[in-house]
Amino acid sequence: MALRGNLRDFTVTQLLNLINLAHKTGTLVIEGPSEVARVAFRDGKLAYAQVGQEDNRLATVLHRSNRLTAGQYNAIIQRAAHVTDKELGLLLINAGYLSQGDILTALQAYFTDVVRRLFTWVEGFFRFENEMMPPEDRINVRLDLENLIIEGARQLREWEQLQDEIPSLDMALKFTERPDTNIQKMNLSVEEWRVVSFINPKNTIRQIGAAAKMGDLEIRRIVYGLLQAGLVEVVRPEGAPPTAQERTRAAAPVQDKEEQKSLVNRLITRIRSI
Amino acid sequence: MQTVKMVVTGPFSSGKTEFIRSVSEIDVVATERKISSDAEKTVKQATTVAMDFGRITVDEDLVLYLFGTPGQKRFDFMWEILSEGMLGFIVMVDSTRPETFREARSILETFRAYAPTPYVVSANKQDAPDAWDVEDMRHALRLDAKVKLLPCVATDKTTVKNVLLELLYSILAEMDGGAK
Repeated sequence: MALRGNLRDFTVTQLLNLINLAHKTGTLVIEGPSEVARVAFRDGKLAYAQVGQEDNRLATVLHRSNRLTAGQYNAIIQRAAHVTDKELGLLLINAGYLSQGDILTALQAYFTDVVRRLFTWVEGFFRFENEMMPPEDRINVRLDLENLIIEGARQLREWEQLQDEIPSLDMALKFTERPDTNIQKMNLSVEEWRVVSFINPKNTIRQIGAAAKMGDLEIRRIVYGLLQAGLVEVVRPEGAPPTAQERTRAAAPVQDKEEQKSLVNRLITRIRSI
Repeated sequence: MQTVKMVVTGPFSSGKTEFIRSVSEIDVVATERKISSDAEKTVKQATTVAMDFGRITVDEDLVLYLFGTPGQKRFDFMWEILSEGMLGFIVMVDSTRPETFREARSILETFRAYAPTPYVVSANKQDAPDAWDVEDMRHALRLDAKVKLLPCVATDKTTVKNVLLELLYSILAEMDGGAK
């Protein structure tokens, strides 16, 4: 079903997070104020990106990243304009000009740059076209999104939005149970590592902020990034004073539990019969 | 006569009143008023200002009350009052309006802070052509895999019953010391 909406309600960072967590394959089409961006993903990893009519052919990308000289670039454009990106890549590797790694690194850097530019888009419509991928003759990469998501989240400076996302600093954090995520491989900033080192269901976000000598805005910003990357989740702090309801429950006699279960079972039977 | 209470909450126009209306044996006591904000007027003409109130009589000794919270944020002072003593709560989310997902998440966190009772999230309007997929919504709402996110059409009694039953199963599981 539809995965579409407005960037005012759903930021590019949030979309990347969703695509990453759902391991989606397809193309995210974003209609910005002046141009359209198409970013393709395979199994939740960045595969390809294009913005507007910008020339993203392999020769251009390699030239921009100083992997091809101006002379080499002009020669390719004049004599091999009809050659596809995949064919050109093979020719350059076979001729010993570049390695496969050089080509993929240049493309990754270019696609990452396109996505970075999208972080500044706050107006526009988006839609996700399932299974739609770039033309066969284009080279795709396979780039984890976590670092990009954290980077995008860093750019989110709106205090009100952060307050909406993390309404209370009196909650605690715990690491999510995602065995496929290796935190060691992630490029966290010094500040993020400092916060990560204090994460424990016993510590409130406020306490972590104080320990890491960060203000409310700064700690919210970092926690938001970690939440968006799916590394942590917000939980009630362990050892927190019980709420009024918890106190009431704790005071209830033990035999009430069976009565309560009986009551719930009666409710279940009644609702089934509606 | 013993009474128990469940709360149906969620953003403005997420379908709380319809949800209660589908299963209540009395006409829902809805305290609706004309919308004052122009932006919200484009979504619907009237909204709940205090609370909706529905009833399901279980037997001569037991009655279940369903309370719907007001959708507009300026009435959120009512939430804490409504949450007192509830057995559990349901967060309604309009699957066709991703712009409300962030608010739904915020309401969920607020109610969890009021009372750590079991809850389920109901992805309403799943019959609409532009409804988001339930699993996409789970990611967008940042719901843990253990949290029940249930497809629903608030005007369809069967799906509403399913949401209520799933909440009751969660309440039973918690009483048995299991996960939510």
